[in-house]
Amino acid sequence: MSGTRFRTLKDFPLEEFLAAGSPMCAGCGGLLALKVFHKALGGKAVFVNAAGCLTLLQVYPYSPLKSSWMYTAFASAPAGAQGIRDALDVLLEKGRISAEEDLKVVAFTGDGAAYDIGLQATSGAIERGLDFYYLVYDNEAYGNTGFQKSSATPYGSATTTTPPTEQNPVGYTGAKKDLFEIWRSHSPPYVATIAPSHIVDMLRKIEKASQFKGPKLFICFSPCPTGWGFDPSETIRVSKLAVECGVWPLKEAVFGEVKHTVVPRFLKPVEEYLSTQERYKHLFHPVRLDEAINKIQKQVYLYWRKAKEAENLDIILSEKMPIKLSR
Amino acid sequence: MREVEMMTGNTAAAWAARLANVDYIPAYPITPQTEIIETLAKWISEGLMKAKLVQLESEHSMLTAAGTASCTGARVFTATSSQGLLYGFEMLYNISGWRAPLVLVNVSRGLAAPITLEPDHNDVLAARDSGFIQLHAETCQDVFDLILLAYRVSEDRRVMLPSLVNMDGFYLSFTREPVRLLDEEDVSSFLPPYQPLNPFRASRPVVKGAAVIGGHIYTYFKHNVHESMVRAGEVFTEVAKTFEKMTGRRIEPVEGYLLDDAEYLIVMTNSFTTIGKRAVMRLREKGVPAGLVKITMLRPFPKKKVVELLRGRKAVAVFDQNLSPGLGGIIYNEVASSLYHERDGPETLLSVVAGLGGKYISLEEFEHIFNLLQHPEGVDLSMPVFLFRRDELTEVRRVLKLAGMQEADAV
Repeated sequence: MSGTRFRTLKDFPLEEFLAAGSPMCAGCGGLLALKVFHKALGGKAVFVNAAGCLTLLQVYPYSPLKSSWMYTAFASAPAGAQGIRDALDVLLEKGRISAEEDLKVVAFTGDGAAYDIGLQATSGAIERGLDFYYLVYDNEAYGNTGFQKSSATPYGSATTTTPPTEQNPVGYTGAKKDLFEIWRSHSPPYVATIAPSHIVDMLRKIEKASQFKGPKLFICFSPCPTGWGFDPSETIRVSKLAVECGVWPLKEAVFGEVKHTVVPRFLKPVEEYLSTQERYKHLFHPVRLDEAINKIQKQVYLYWRKAKEAENLDIILSEKMPIKLSR
Repeated sequence: MREVEMMTGNTAAAWAARLANVDYIPAYPITPQTEIIETLAKWISEGLMKAKLVQLESEHSMLTAAGTASCTGARVFTATSSQGLLYGFEMLYNISGWRAPLVLVNVSRGLAAPITLEPDHNDVLAARDSGFIQLHAETCQDVFDLILLAYRVSEDRRVMLPSLVNMDGFYLSFTREPVRLLDEEDVSSFLPPYQPLNPFRASRPVVKGAAVIGGHIYTYFKHNVHESMVRAGEVFTEVAKTFEKMTGRRIEPVEGYLLDDAEYLIVMTNSFTTIGKRAVMRLREKGVPAGLVKITMLRPFPKKKVVELLRGRKAVAVFDQNLSPGLGGIIYNEVASSLYHERDGPETLLSVVAGLGGKYISLEEFEHIFNLLQHPEGVDLSMPVFLFRRDELTEVRRVLKLAGMQEADAV
């Protein structure tokens, strides 16, 4: 990307907007997303939050943020962003506040709000062309209430409402909703997926989005040590594996045109990613569920095959199933 | 002072918003409210009004945007009805908790099921515990006046709570009545610019709606809202005096009608009060010492004034155009609890449930109630009297028969 101020990790902005000492779980991917996102965005921002884990960043009367925050309700963070944006615009237009007092408005929610209960409000805000950012920390379930299935939950994941049993050994049997495509179908100027393991990619995308007026939408892969069952020190490794195995494609769509921003030369077998987490443990123990694992692998291949054709990507996809990992 | 003009309650509401110089109107259509937002949208697009109107995708989002815009420093107006109010219901509690002093007009309409269009007050009274000031209009003039008063009271630093102004669907919303508007200069001198409390600004980050952990902090905030709400009653009285000086129109939280020597009273709210007054006048002509008390302010509930007006009367009937199934009328219970410590309260306090879904209340029905008040012996005062006429029952049976249905099917 030309003209970026983020070339390598050395360009990571040093200014901090998020202080240490919040009540989030250790290794929280969502918190990391917020920290990095904020650095790229700068300090003049108001985060409009919906119910979720990160709501507990603000426990009265303390705040770890240097910027502003508004908690709305589970279903309506984008509408809350609309009210703030519109009010600032009216006040600017009427000359009641100066341009220096203006703020970037960011809807900031988990996947429960983004994929499920708040999808209608998001659709409305994008359709109206609201000038805002939306950052979703997607940990693929309702984490704050103890890890129940959301429509971001992928096939094969155990959650407390899709427990693997003898009758249903797979766990969740549906498919993860494609929020990227749902958002893209509204034709906003910018949509992207990001991951905390790929910081430079994340910073560049936020920087790039900033030039557009209108909805700028980000889905951040957010490994959740508590819900997914891995050691908090592994967050970045899990995130990296998700990208390398092709489970979490990093991409952007500028005015609808999709481009993958990180393309692995070869895909690692999904097993490498799945086996890092307790939520997939039932796919391997007490018996190996080959059918389910292969189904996940096939879905990943199918996705990348289409992407390769559409964008002429430099990725080598084996037609054969990957060999089993020795363990 | 402007000339009297004929206009609907919806148009009067739109005029109040226009003259209050509101900045922002998040909107969503619903009958019978829609005419309000249509009128405002037209004025804005014609350049007659400097405000931004945004149509949201639901009342829940509409109320969310209304609240956050108010927190950002815009004077906000919005309107809804019935199902819409309930769809956005959780946001009412948020808006009052955010101390966002916006004004919401509710055009009353009975709640589904069965789905209907005409008014009763189960919609607006469902919001009675939400921390909104509630003002209920009898006439289209009231609609206009109460919205202006609502802004002044809500935005007062001693209050900082939102207001809900209620008008009856159809009976006011679509009915043209004489309304005397005010000049822009008068309204702007009555209603100074909104001074928001800690709005979102780049130079001064703020957190709104933060979580609290522990009942003690929660209680602290809720008690603050309660105290402010109680103060809103005092501020209203003070502001209404200023308004009266300017307009000659006196608006009180509770008003009496033909109360001199009245022994038998009915208590009413909203537009049906007008037909209640007509009935009282008729009974006076027949020599019955009848009177009427109208409650305009439902929150804060003006207990003292209600007690003052009911003290020493023989019998009182409270008309509720709402129903809490298994209990009866909502306002009856509030009046009854207000009277608990009054030694000289009325001997008979009758609950009347009437006008549900806009069902008309005829003169004969009022006469029937006054008759019960004069002869309460044998009346079970523990339960409400439902007003429903024999000819209405006959009509229900007629249409059921026409549709080939039995009464047992009508559930």
